Amino acid sequence: MFDTLSDRLGSVFDSLRGRGALKEEDVRAAMREVRIALLEADVALPVVRRFIDTVTERAVGEQVLRSVTPGQQVVKIVNDALVEMLGGTAEDGGSPDAAKLDLEAKPPVVIMMVGLQGSGKTTSTAKIAKRLKETEGKKVMMASLDVNRPAAQDQLKVLGEQAGVATLPIIAGQQPVEIANRAISSAKLQSFDVLMLDTAGRLHVDEALMAEMKAVAAVSTPKEVLLVVDSLTGQDAVNVAQSFTGEVPLTGVVLTRMDGDARGGAALSMRAVTGKPIKFAGTGEKLDAIEPFHPSRVANRILGMGDIVSMVEKA
Amino acid sequence: RKTSERLSGNLAGIGGQTRLTDAQLDELEDALILSDLGPRAAMRIRDRLATRQFPRGSDERAIQEAVAEEIAEILRPVAKPLEVTAFPRPHVVLVIGVNGSGKTTTIAKLAHLFQEEDYAVMLAAGDTFRAAAIGQLKVWADRIGVPVVTGPEGGDPASVVFDGVKAATQQGIDALIVDTAGRLQNKRELMDELAKIRKVLGRLNPEAPHDVVLVLDATNGQNALAQIDVFKEVAGVTGLVMTKLDGTARGGVLVAAAEQYGLPIHAIGVGEGLDDLRPFDPDLVARVIAGVA
Ligand SMILES: Nc1nc2c(ncn2[C@@H]2O[C@H](COP(=O)(O)OP(=O)(O)OP(=O)(O)O)[C@@H](O)[C@H]2O)c(=O)[nH]1
Ligand SMILES: Nc1nc2c(ncn2[C@@H]2O[C@H](COP(=O)(O)OP(=O)(O)OP(=O)(O)O)[C@@H](O)[C@H]2O)c(=O)[nH]1
Ligand SMILES: [Mg+2]
Ligand SMILES: [Mg+2]
Repeated sequence: MFDTLSDRLGSVFDSLRGRGALKEEDVRAAMREVRIALLEADVALPVVRRFIDTVTERAVGEQVLRSVTPGQQVVKIVNDALVEMLGGTAEDGGSPDAAKLDLEAKPPVVIMMVGLQGSGKTTSTAKIAKRLKETEGKKVMMASLDVNRPAAQDQLKVLGEQAGVATLPIIAGQQPVEIANRAISSAKLQSFDVLMLDTAGRLHVDEALMAEMKAVAAVSTPKEVLLVVDSLTGQDAVNVAQSFTGEVPLTGVVLTRMDGDARGGAALSMRAVTGKPIKFAGTGEKLDAIEPFHPSRVANRILGMGDIVSMVEKA
Repeated sequence: RKTSERLSGNLAGIGGQTRLTDAQLDELEDALILSDLGPRAAMRIRDRLATRQFPRGSDERAIQEAVAEEIAEILRPVAKPLEVTAFPRPHVVLVIGVNGSGKTTTIAKLAHLFQEEDYAVMLAAGDTFRAAAIGQLKVWADRIGVPVVTGPEGGDPASVVFDGVKAATQQGIDALIVDTAGRLQNKRELMDELAKIRKVLGRLNPEAPHDVVLVLDATNGQNALAQIDVFKEVAGVTGLVMTKLDGTARGGVLVAAAEQYGLPIHAIGVGEGLDDLRPFDPDLVARVIAGVA
């Protein structure tokens, strides 16, 4: 559907082969293409602007490697900056924060999941619980505080059965804060290491539901508060990130539906606006479809590129 | 801040001349991008606005109105409510889309709407995959008071749909609305399953499904276009519903969708309750996108 960025940059730079250093006007021309590529990948506009400024500054005056075209050189600079902004390290492009949860506290350590409706909170709750149980040998309990969506609590119960993770017994009619309190005492009594609280989906403009979320955070003092975000998200990412960051002490982001074909620009928006690491990527509906977030892969995807980067790196 | 406020913020200071300046056009274009029109559609509208004459002394508001008018012109031809028309009955509506877009909730809202129009409605629980998906649809069916056809969890969705059409036909139901599991459009196997459901429907009634409604989430960005593209190809989408327009996302992708695909847009979702389905009003949506509503 889209041309790749390297193709487009190729045509911008066709006439410039064999140059010594990147000139400001060349870089500016290239950045117009980068801007479109990022916007098509759904990176939020304010984040695009910030990114372009950083990269322009960095690229002007850079020596063009003799073996590559200026276009490829710019792609590499853009790619490296993107990996960095996504939280990656220069060496292998991976993120040192990925998949790391801070569980250093008196048990039960509470992990709270928040986000918009349908973003993947309940599924991600079960995935993370299963992972903690299987890879870290933690004793985990999950509780659904979703009293809004029909059968939401049943959904978590069924997922718990599939994952072999305990869930708090459902008592009809209880409100979220009550459920949270009951979950905490129950987890203490049964000496669970980790308690995961799945919450109802809420829009950041819904004051009543945002207040409810704060109240739950206040009684449960979560060690981790993870914002679950759909990787298909568009420009609204900034509003979502800002509002949730302002209301609860976020510690990280879970990016779902990375098994889709979206370019995933929301990853960059989320990281830039919340300042929090993206800890996990959801890659399917099954309960083991969760991975540590990998910045360099996502950077490639946002730019819609295949091999160009490794090609330039070898050059 | 709401998109409308942001838009008016961005447009502040524009006004006065007969043609818009490049800087003004840049701002308009950015505002459209912030509404998820995507860079290409935003550029097309920018180009059209660039040729427009504005009366000297036009204020910011007048310019926003002009933007709204450009967008409304694109959206008007695709506004078309979903209607129960099939004869013989039942009118079968297949509801599809990516995971979590709002299919099941939209089905409940549609059933409620049809019921208010005095049609006999039945639901079919074609999502046998997701945990408690059948239970979710059942709760809605109970609340509205309509029958629902279900199969076993993990069962074959095509056979639930088959049972649904049979039951609806026997009981003289006017409209059968079929829920399906969420699926990303790049999942080959799951998309083939939709084609199979279509085929099974057609075996009982060659006209069915009469409508194939793709549910789009307003918070999604440009990938919505890829969703339309593939679901249309594989499952023969006949119309769109966009959900979650009660937040700050303005669904500008509908503008690009209308230009590229021309598929009818039936309704919009503005909340989680049964009454939160609105007819698609192109002028209103255009004004929201342009920041004057
Ligand atoms: N393909 C894919 N589907 C996912 C992923 N994560 C969740 N889903 C699906 O997305 C849909 C919504 O997921 P839920 O976990 O119910 O989302 P939620 O945020 O709890 O939704 P609400 O509680 O209604 O706000 C379901 O169909 C899930 O199976 C993912 O990483 N990939
Ligand atoms: N704010 C808002 N929430 C909505 C709207 N429509 C649906 N939702 C919510 O979005 C979430 C997902 O809705 P569902 O109807 O379960 O979505 P689905 O497409 O059936 O999901 P899967 O079957 O898991 O693919 C639920 O929490 C709904 O309450 C809407 O118009 N506005
Ligand atoms: Mg949930
Ligand atoms: Mg559903």
